[in-house]
Amino acid sequence: MRNILLVAGALTLGGTALNAAPTQITWWHGMGGANEQVINQVAQKFNESQSACAITPVSKGTYEEALASGIAAFRSKEQPNILQVFDAGAATIINAKGATIPAEDILSQNGHKLDRDAFINGVRYFYADADGKFIGMPFNSSAPIMYVNEEAMQKAGVEPPKTWQDFEKIAPKLKEAGYIGMTASQLTWMFFENFFSRNNIQMASNNNGYDSFQGTTLNATNPELVAFFQKLKDWHDKGYFGYYGAGWNDNQKPFEEGKVALWIGSSGSFGGLSQTATMPFSADFLPYDADAKDGNKSSFIGGASLFAMSGHPAEQNKCTADFFNFLTSTDIQKFYHEQTGYVAITTAAYEAAKADGWYEKHPQAEVGIKQLMLPQGEWSKGYRLGFYPQIRVVEEREFNKIFSGETTVEDAFKAIETEGNDLLARFAKTSG
Amino acid sequence: MSVPSTSLQTSPSGIARLRARLAAPPEAAKRVQFRRPLLPWLLLAPQLAVVATFFYWPSAQAVISSFYIEDPFGFGATFVGLDNYADAVGSSEYIRIAGFTVMFTVIVTVLSLAIGMLLAVKADKVIRGRPAYRTALIAVYAIAPPVAGLIGMMLFDQHIGSIVRFAALFGWNMQVGLSYWDTAFAMIVVAVWLQIPYNFIFVLSGLQAIPSAVREAALIDCRNGLRRFRTVILPLLAPTAFFLMIINITYALFDTFALIDVMVKDKPANNPITLVYKVYLDGFRGNDIGGSSAQSVILMAVVLVLTLFQFRYIERRVHYG
Repeated sequence: MRNILLVAGALTLGGTALNAAPTQITWWHGMGGANEQVINQVAQKFNESQSACAITPVSKGTYEEALASGIAAFRSKEQPNILQVFDAGAATIINAKGATIPAEDILSQNGHKLDRDAFINGVRYFYADADGKFIGMPFNSSAPIMYVNEEAMQKAGVEPPKTWQDFEKIAPKLKEAGYIGMTASQLTWMFFENFFSRNNIQMASNNNGYDSFQGTTLNATNPELVAFFQKLKDWHDKGYFGYYGAGWNDNQKPFEEGKVALWIGSSGSFGGLSQTATMPFSADFLPYDADAKDGNKSSFIGGASLFAMSGHPAEQNKCTADFFNFLTSTDIQKFYHEQTGYVAITTAAYEAAKADGWYEKHPQAEVGIKQLMLPQGEWSKGYRLGFYPQIRVVEEREFNKIFSGETTVEDAFKAIETEGNDLLARFAKTSG
Repeated sequence: MSVPSTSLQTSPSGIARLRARLAAPPEAAKRVQFRRPLLPWLLLAPQLAVVATFFYWPSAQAVISSFYIEDPFGFGATFVGLDNYADAVGSSEYIRIAGFTVMFTVIVTVLSLAIGMLLAVKADKVIRGRPAYRTALIAVYAIAPPVAGLIGMMLFDQHIGSIVRFAALFGWNMQVGLSYWDTAFAMIVVAVWLQIPYNFIFVLSGLQAIPSAVREAALIDCRNGLRRFRTVILPLLAPTAFFLMIINITYALFDTFALIDVMVKDKPANNPITLVYKVYLDGFRGNDIGGSSAQSVILMAVVLVLTLFQFRYIERRVHYG
């Protein structure tokens, strides 16, 4: 009996000793440079806040590389606990049921509560399923916004446009004052996806793809969208709109150099732009189409969210849940928002940053959140389309052809719709 | 080493001297026999293991995957037979990329081989400051393809590129990244520039391997330098040139990947890309494993046929001496 007690005692002691070493979890992401530093700081803050878990962030390169690494790792059963997946890749991972544990489930299984209403509008549905359950944990989110060259506005004596119709009116004056009216980076996100969200137009059948992957078709030949690109092409020919290819920086650079009056970029571009812009600039909402029946709605978010990968022991899943819970805390959200320029994803963090006077010093940092908090239309919640990264490649190709004069706007959008639908049909077969 | 007799027929005395020196009968090869039949296999095993692990096994996997449309995470797969192949070959975009790949490969191979050879022949003649010239010409080879891509991108940048500004003097509004042919031009220039030193090194050492007796004899027979090059030097360089041709084709087809990736900035849009880049784009960016596998099997078959053709029909005309 005494021996048994001793053994039991030793076991208990051993158990405590094991518990003292924190459970290790890994987090693969696709951020580099300054943003990677901030991720490391967030991880460090989590590790210092408690002793049961230790998280290690690993940069896998770009968003695409992070997703590809995560997939390869999952297939060889070496997956990380947490994988960051970008907006366009969301359907790929959400479709693979069994690869992930829905964020809401892992939180509730481990004694945390996720309050959907704490998140701002634009963020709430994008990584959720059709019933609104969070599959991915929203993390770094951004909005496409318009940056304004203040000098150009003064010289031309005009106000920043609210709608595309406004832009058409001021563009000749900007040109007279010696400026290219507008450039835009990543037209796929700015002018394709977000044309649907800002103007509340359906992007794809099956409830923008949320209801099912089977038989989903793209709505690329929508007349309003085609008309808008016809305007863009017309503005390009008249010298109101500059287009320098699909590369992000090629379109940002002329704005930094003060040659362009307006640039459509990401709310996350603000930090970099403050250092590189050669003139004072402000920011405003992405313009919408005044002719749309129900326009000026919130935009789709860009950026990425975090997914809890399945196939890990319960104590590691607990740590993942603890970390997700930690991420939504107001302090961390406010810290991340202020350090990176990504929007605050909870209302509380937004209010805290506001109370702090952050937006008085950096009014541009508020534009993205305000745009995401605009009333949400039926079609501005998000989209769930398979092989969407490849559909974006088709869009990019056709947009280049439009502005180099190799194709007409109608033909370009017909090609996007046809090839896009082929890709969607292929994707539907993957889950077969 | 023997000399093709046709090239020196003009000089019977020269040919007689050379034949005497060079046409000594080769030593008969010794037949080596292993006593235990297992030993040779054991010695070969490491190499065979490497080839099997890194070539045969992945190739077999690619062939199998190419018949399925698969969920990237490996949950579901639908057998689709030859659909992936039909989808690839039937797509006008794929055909366009294949066309560009052929054009790109031919131009890059011909230009880099021709320029490399020209520079080597000229550098071979330089007597003063020979090492300086050679180092200057070879140095470029030390540049990694992605770095070369970056340098190229700077020179061809739409806003600050010096080549773009130079072209503007002639009224050429060069828009690399937007205009298909301008980007193609930039890619070919950078790819050729990067490959010249490689060809230069090999041709130069090939030239130095030609016995001076042959050159001197040729010099006595013929004063025309171009003719001497065509009838004596070039046939003797043929083994080197054939090797370089295969290497250059492989370079243009596969090794230019990093360069293209940097130059299209990960977003090819309407810019020209090669078939390998398309495989990467669909497989790693698009996560379409079946489609990407089918494309890589097609590519593998094309390279196989190309290599067989080269050895069957072109190598016949190469004299190894």
